[in-house]
Amino acid sequence: MKRYDLIVIGAGPAGLSAAIEAAKRGAGVVVFDENARPGGQLFKQIHKFFGSKEHRAKIRGIRIGRQLLEEADQAGVQVVLNATVMGIYQDKEVLVRIGDGVEHVKGDAIIVATGAAENMVPFKGWTLPGVIGAGAAQTMMNLHGVRPGQKILMLGSGNVGLVVSFQLLQAGCDVAALVDAAPQIGGYGVHASKVARCGIPFYLPYTIKEAEGTDHVTGVTIAKVGPGFELIPGTEKHFDVDTICIAVGLSPMSQLMKMAGCRMVDDPRKGGQVPVTDAHGQTSIPGIFAAGDVSGIEEASSAMIEGRQAGIYAAAYLGYEEEQQMDAEETQLDQMLDGLRQGMFAPGRKGKKIEKTDEGIAISQNLLTRGFVADDEIERFPGVTKKAAVHPVIECTQNIPCNPCQDACSQGCIRIGSQITALPAVEESSKCINCGLCVANCPGQAIFLVDESAQGGAEITIPYEFLPVPKEGDQGTALSRSGQPVCEASVVRVRSSKAFDGTHLVTIKVPAEYSMKARFFRPAGRS
Amino acid sequence: MESRIAEHPVLGTYEKGKLVTFTHDGKKLQGYEGEPIAAALKAAGVQIHRYTQKRHSPRGIFCAIGRCTDCVMVVDGVPNVRTCMTPLREGMTVNTQYGTTDVPFEKQQGGERV
Repeated sequence: MKRYDLIVIGAGPAGLSAAIEAAKRGAGVVVFDENARPGGQLFKQIHKFFGSKEHRAKIRGIRIGRQLLEEADQAGVQVVLNATVMGIYQDKEVLVRIGDGVEHVKGDAIIVATGAAENMVPFKGWTLPGVIGAGAAQTMMNLHGVRPGQKILMLGSGNVGLVVSFQLLQAGCDVAALVDAAPQIGGYGVHASKVARCGIPFYLPYTIKEAEGTDHVTGVTIAKVGPGFELIPGTEKHFDVDTICIAVGLSPMSQLMKMAGCRMVDDPRKGGQVPVTDAHGQTSIPGIFAAGDVSGIEEASSAMIEGRQAGIYAAAYLGYEEEQQMDAEETQLDQMLDGLRQGMFAPGRKGKKIEKTDEGIAISQNLLTRGFVADDEIERFPGVTKKAAVHPVIECTQNIPCNPCQDACSQGCIRIGSQITALPAVEESSKCINCGLCVANCPGQAIFLVDESAQGGAEITIPYEFLPVPKEGDQGTALSRSGQPVCEASVVRVRSSKAFDGTHLVTIKVPAEYSMKARFFRPAGRS
Repeated sequence: MESRIAEHPVLGTYEKGKLVTFTHDGKKLQGYEGEPIAAALKAAGVQIHRYTQKRHSPRGIFCAIGRCTDCVMVVDGVPNVRTCMTPLREGMTVNTQYGTTDVPFEKQQGGERV
């Protein structure tokens, strides 16, 4: 029987981060992962992450995945793929299936970082081919380059539903509608706005009544739900779609820990059955730790920090780290984690009705129900100013933990301050040099450069991540925040650069009166 | 519309293995070596992977990460192979699974359980 200092189960963001920290401190670490590739879900996350610099904000998940793999390699972490851990037994003995064989190994410490699985919601026809998880759609298009369908309806408006809807559009699919049974959009407003300005309608509070088809999905009927989530007759709407994507949350895959005998708790705020852990992720069994979604559903950014914490603590448990040293590092990581757990979407505030921002500004109600800030709501936010010169317009209207825009601006035009969840404000006295970094770096694609004083109309620079990338001189239609045509537009400049990391900056010219309305561009000849 | 994404605005082009031929219910199809069997089938327009034992209802890709077992098929004679996790190889035989075998229900003997 092979014996390791530390066995990590799962090579996703939490598991890899844990393995790196423990190995750096001298522990012999093996990571088992049942997949053919390491990285967990990171390689499907093609969007730029939120947070601050220390959380690797504004970097796309795929790149973070590559960075983690390099770090793991340098630290001497051994990652065994196609290796399914079947059980954790007494004295930290582990059975792992590798290929067609089963191996019996033992760890002096174990970190379980098995992640989460998608939830499902049953409706008539929900087992038909063509009803898929939103994660499955991401896997198909972003990992394997195959569109999950041509015309898709998304159920669920949390960040997963919103982000995957946008990614479906990027993959060249049509998204017919975004539907949620809740009265409010669950994810970040900026994610919703990216989708809304492409013209995708939101239906809330609606749910799926029936998926139609005999061999596979050929359509879907949705209906409005009442306060008790009952369907309201007469409110049905039909869509011709070939695919229905379900994004109704995740559940921790904590079975291994239950099997190991760790004390478990059913915590709806954490997504289901999770192990009881101390501040460092240690379960009720000394030497067995949990990190990432398996200990409570959050996101990859927090999973990486939790992983690092568990890795450091496991190293200390194994005698590779002095306790004092550990405490200092843990405090720093705790602060990073706290930073991510603040704002309107913090774990404790989930589902609560919030009417005002921390600054005391009324929240946009349109944003919560239709995915976009209405024209008569937008100007009350501190990132939205008018000036007779090019300047950033920051349509970031909810308190979320994110601040790359502040770091992006070398001119001091953008101020968030030390509270990472504060709304970004535009400093009117600072001079924008039109570098575009704030537009490209905003993970929410919520920043536009607007110049009302340009000759012959207003110039608006928008972030653009679709193909084909427009060219200077292209004609088309400017779309509003809700994706409705507002006026004709011509492309006057297109900027692409390595620093923009795949986000193109498209500057369109529109009549001056549309400077605060036009927020997207549709090239002529496209629907 | 073609299911394969030729070029992606963020990812560019996809790294794929060599083009290989496999059979699906006796029909020759092509896919890329190393990609999941399910991806190759999806790209070829195949949606039904199996029919359930009791109600004979169709199932296809659902989770695509090896959790749900909706996409299992009979691959090279072995039933219950998760096609979303199993890499495609040249010459594979991939058959629709009816219950637990690749014999269609109407040809299965009464009461037979394989």
